[in-house]
Amino acid sequence: MLILTCPNCGIAADETELSPGGQAHLKRFGPGSDDSDFEGYLFLRDNPRGVHFERWRHAMGCGKWFHAARCTVTNEVFATYSAQTSEPPQDVLDRITARRPDWQS
Amino acid sequence: MSDPVTPLNHARFDGYVTIAEAGPTGMITLRGDLADPHLSETLHGVIGAGVPARGRAEVIGDNTICWMSPDELLLMAPRSYVPDALARIASAMGDRHHLAADVSDARAMIRLQGRALREVLAKLSPADLSPAASPPGTIRRTRLAQVPAAILFQGPDRADVLCFRSVARYVFGLLSNAARPGSEVHRTAGAGNPEQ
Ligand SMILES: [Zn+2]
Repeated sequence: MLILTCPNCGIAADETELSPGGQAHLKRFGPGSDDSDFEGYLFLRDNPRGVHFERWRHAMGCGKWFHAARCTVTNEVFATYSAQTSEPPQDVLDRITARRPDWQS
Repeated sequence: MSDPVTPLNHARFDGYVTIAEAGPTGMITLRGDLADPHLSETLHGVIGAGVPARGRAEVIGDNTICWMSPDELLLMAPRSYVPDALARIASAMGDRHHLAADVSDARAMIRLQGRALREVLAKLSPADLSPAASPPGTIRRTRLAQVPAAILFQGPDRADVLCFRSVARYVFGLLSNAARPGSEVHRTAGAGNPEQ
């Protein structure tokens, strides 16, 4: 069972109150981009064993999107944070590093 | 003018918690910048209180203001007041970015009465519905079985469930089944075991 605290409304929401939005922080490649960039944007996703950044929507709640950083192995939630960012904030990265010192290697 | 017809025609079930449709209620969805002092001022004039704190519901006499999301409030008032309230909001807000819509006919409200109401609700929702997590005066948006709902905790013996009109019969059925005599669990923290 996964419980994520929605940063928009402050509710600790069960996974079944949320809609998954897939991998976070994708860069969009639209018209004019080359085929491999477009393919990567459209189809290719990370599937890490460990730290993962995801988008979620509090569908059965406030209705807003947010981000979550969690471990795909243990389901440990490192942080949830605003949807209005194109990369994880530094304090979230620091929190992950504190729990998984070698996560970026 | 024709009389409003409530979604459940005042259905009622007397289980170990009483489940009953609340009478016709006027409801207005108000979206906008909740941090705007002008919006708060408008609300004071229209309904008697400002923007409630996150997750809270403010009751002022016959009226209630519920915090629904960072940019959404639900105003509840007697049905006859809705057109007037909408006109007042429109004139007070003017060109400011906002949306006010009469959703009275889009929602159903079902009242739960009884000491074990949190236990009945907890059978249907994954949310922490303990008094510590959701004290009286809070509104918790969650799901009941398969559909979204909001639970307005009014006091130790009373909660109001808001859901879409299209699923009113489903939610009434769920709640009635969960409140069936003989199905007591007596375990939920703070649910209030009637035998204690
Ligand atoms: Zn939320």
